[in-house]
Amino acid sequence: MTKPFAITLDVGSSLANHTGAWRQERPVYVDLTPPCAHACPAMEDPQKWLYAAEDGSYEQAWRTLTEANPFPAIMGRVCYHPCETACNRSFLDEAVGINAVERFLGDHAIEQGWTFAAPTVTTGRRVLVVGAGPTGLSAAYQLRKLGHEVTVRDSSPKPGGMMRYGIPAYRLPRDVLDAEIARILDLGITLELGRRVDDVLGAMAEGFDAVFLAVGAQLGKRAYVPAGEAARIVDAVSMLHDVAQGEPPLLGRRVVVYGGGNTAVDAARTAKRLGATDAVIVYRRTRDRMPAHDSEMAEALEEGVVVKWLSTVAHADAGHLRVERMELDETGFPQPTGEFEDLEADSLVLALGQESDLSLVEGVSDLALTDGSVQVDSSFMTGHPGIFAGGDVVPAQRTVTVGVGHGARAARAIDAWLRQTAVVEPVGAPLAEYSTLNTWYYSDAPHAVRPRLEAARRTSGFEEVVRGLDAETAAYEARRCMSCGNCFECDNCYGVCPDNAVIKLGPGMRFEIDYDYCKGCGICVAECPSGSILMIPEPR
Amino acid sequence: MSATPVKFYQVGSFAVGNRLLDPELRSAQSEQDRANSLTSGHRACQGCGEALGARYVLDAAMRASGGRMVTVNATGCLEVFSTPFPETSWRVAWLHSLFGNAPAVATGVAAGLRATGKQDVRVVAQGGDGATVDIGFACLSGMFERNDDVLAVCYDNGGYMNTGVQRSGATPPAARTMTTQAVGEHPGNAFGQGKDVPRIAMAHEIPYVATATVADLRDLEAKVEKAMGMHGARYLHVLVPCPLGWGSAAKDTVRIARLATESGYFPVFEAERGEVTSVRPIRHQVPVEEYLALQNRYAHLFSPVRRDDVIDRLQAMADRNIARYGLLEEAHS
Ligand SMILES: Cc1cc2nc3c(=O)[nH]c(=O)nc-3n(C[C@H](O)[C@H](O)[C@H](O)COP(=O)(O)OP(=O)(O)OC[C@H]3O[C@@H](n4cnc5c(N)ncnc54)[C@H](O)[C@@H]3O)c2cc1C
Ligand SMILES: Cc1ncc(C[n+]2csc(CCOP(=O)(O)OP(=O)(O)O)c2C)c(N)n1
Ligand code: SF4
Ligand code: SF4
Ligand code: SF4
Ligand SMILES: [Mg+2]
Repeated sequence: MTKPFAITLDVGSSLANHTGAWRQERPVYVDLTPPCAHACPAMEDPQKWLYAAEDGSYEQAWRTLTEANPFPAIMGRVCYHPCETACNRSFLDEAVGINAVERFLGDHAIEQGWTFAAPTVTTGRRVLVVGAGPTGLSAAYQLRKLGHEVTVRDSSPKPGGMMRYGIPAYRLPRDVLDAEIARILDLGITLELGRRVDDVLGAMAEGFDAVFLAVGAQLGKRAYVPAGEAARIVDAVSMLHDVAQGEPPLLGRRVVVYGGGNTAVDAARTAKRLGATDAVIVYRRTRDRMPAHDSEMAEALEEGVVVKWLSTVAHADAGHLRVERMELDETGFPQPTGEFEDLEADSLVLALGQESDLSLVEGVSDLALTDGSVQVDSSFMTGHPGIFAGGDVVPAQRTVTVGVGHGARAARAIDAWLRQTAVVEPVGAPLAEYSTLNTWYYSDAPHAVRPRLEAARRTSGFEEVVRGLDAETAAYEARRCMSCGNCFECDNCYGVCPDNAVIKLGPGMRFEIDYDYCKGCGICVAECPSGSILMIPEPR
Repeated sequence: MSATPVKFYQVGSFAVGNRLLDPELRSAQSEQDRANSLTSGHRACQGCGEALGARYVLDAAMRASGGRMVTVNATGCLEVFSTPFPETSWRVAWLHSLFGNAPAVATGVAAGLRATGKQDVRVVAQGGDGATVDIGFACLSGMFERNDDVLAVCYDNGGYMNTGVQRSGATPPAARTMTTQAVGEHPGNAFGQGKDVPRIAMAHEIPYVATATVADLRDLEAKVEKAMGMHGARYLHVLVPCPLGWGSAAKDTVRIARLATESGYFPVFEAERGEVTSVRPIRHQVPVEEYLALQNRYAHLFSPVRRDDVIDRLQAMADRNIARYGLLEEAHS
């Protein structure tokens, strides 16, 4: 080729110059564990399904969610949402309303009639699940998806456990409960109702390869309360159970509830709905020490429930109670003061906790019990090979969410045991800390509030108190998620690189660093909103 | 604010892209097949704001002109790091003549295109602050005054960086450069009148004048697009942090530009025919100190003794901008 005057070299592109050689550190894309996922006892990964919900892909969001938890409509109502407590967005403005979106997805799925995909394999193994509460149903769901034949046996006339016979309908409407349970059973699970298991070994011998105990803690603890013969005393779980059965007990106009947990609050709110003019909770300590959940306590107070703090019931009689004032000592323990007070009361409801009925495992010599709970190892197996247990019957926090998590993890362990393989616990990636986010990039967006039924209308019936979000608000709320530690394809890294060293692979496929040209400046790391790029020393 | 803010799509208009946005509303930089006017392999320092700013501007101009444009470059880092003979990083029609004459060469290119009937081919002149506010100033002013059909872009990194960080007419007060050392009673560059070229350009009453930074891409792209949609003399002044000259960490380039605007120290606005038509309001105001503290060229304001007197004067300059342009007046999200 003839060159112009004074030109001796062919023109070339700077692409020949591999500036990657300058680099001392290199950026790498990572997927970290967002705090919401880390905190979820049911092992949901909210970031994943919020990401799908952001662009209105609700079915995909629901399918992702239900891989871990088959009960979004239930969870969206009764879960105490530790995910929101952990949510990084709370450091910026307010936590993402994960629970509200979950409920929306659950309700939407019921409306749309979405069903679970049938299992694709059949193992021929048979598993007996004792108890159709959240724990047992979660295990049954996961076991069935893994191809096992599952029988769920429950002594009650209907499935659901405490979700049906404990949690009142104004928090969890029964049509929601029924719909989510039916969808699980539709996978081809045998449900045997009204069949109590009295002897677990006998039941196992019917031809089951493994048993999962999920019998919960169904008995109200009976503390000794000195009482006259005519005093009317009931325990909260029986009372709530009877209400759920449609046979509400006669409690009178003035009802005192003794205890400070969620059950006490539900009992008092239920008493109000049954027509009590006064519903008084008597609790030994102060509000900040009360185990009951804040939002429920607030709703109860709005409904006219009254609390007598720092008090115990000293004596119960027909029509009235004697209450003793307590004082907290230095260690925070309540001590009696010797000061008494009379309280009018037609009945006393004891809400002092629940315990398990373990008669079905009596005589199983290698199955260890401690403090009224079944002992299990890290794979939820009891001392007896092939018998597993989870939920309220094992020592743990007693919530629906924990039960669902136990059920799912136990199912994985049972599957491994049946296949004679080791349980593969997923290795969690490091936590996505708030400090690694660049929050400049997120739009300012306050939390969407779920409407509530006015207090006056609430106590007249068992209508649901907290309402759902509509589709638009749900998408808005999902978009508040900062996608902590997981790329959400904002294109920032692709844009801010002065060296064009970030390759955009296309929608849904994320990005790649071109190490031939990346000089290691780290702008992409600094400007990634979600903290999904890390700088690591250059491998030598 | 030139770009229309996106109401609420998670990252709004702050991030480069937004998968929830209609494709036609997306930025040029987020496109998989963007022009990449300045491609990889260039020899700019790690984290160079000028390299980033030039690609932002020219990719947007290429999109706006459908690729029909010529770029005239002044001497300076942008030319030296991109075009060591016979290699080039440019993927646009590009020509370089001298340090001080880019606006005049651009005028000539525009005239030549007009004479050959290629008026659809647009002309961009670009250079550093030295080229623009100092040595090329007469050419620039002449181009403005004649209202030639050229978009002149100044990448302001506050000094003659290519030759080793000497002071320019755009070096900010108190900044340390090789020729304004941090010694004596008044360390760093002297507090003078400054040379506010965007306002001088406005005084020419040319069709369009705007400022921008590498920290707000959507705003910058909207301004380039608007400028490319107009004819006559147009001027865009882009703040581009320089890790070498400013003594800042390479990773902080975008962050420092953001702090410059969020403190009010660098006002971002646009003007038509001599009148300010819009400003980019401050979103989360920060004291100027946050901007200064990340740059070693201001290290002498913090140690061995803290110079509150000087920091206060720099803060007063930011406050002056805030008042002049109403930077705190219209909050947006
Ligand atoms: C009033 C109240 C309100 C609550 N509110 C909430 C809330 O808002 N959020 C939350 O997360 N948690 C709440 N909880 C706790 C939650 O309900 C329980 O932690 C959860 O239901 C435990 O699930 P599980 O499946 O382990 O046991 P359960 O739900 O108790 O289910 C056990 C099942 O086993 C059956 N069963 C028992 N023994 C046998 C046997 N021998 N043979 C056959 N079947 C048997 C029972 O009939 C029952 O159906 C509440 C509890 C109560 C009592
Ligand atoms: C007439 C002339 N004088 C001096 C130089 C040397 N020179 C080359 S680039 C440069 C400074 C460029 O500064 P600026 O325009 O701000 O661009 P930057 O390198 O900072 O991006 C100088 C002084 C020259 N090339 N020509
Ligand atoms: S912002 Fe999103 S990803 Fe981060 S903790 Fe909250 S819900 Fe999870
Ligand atoms: S900057 Fe945006 S696109 Fe790049 S990794 Fe982070 S979230 Fe993903
Ligand atoms: S911005 Fe580009 S050059 Fe800088 S570290 Fe990231 S990939 Fe490398
Ligand atoms: Mg310069």
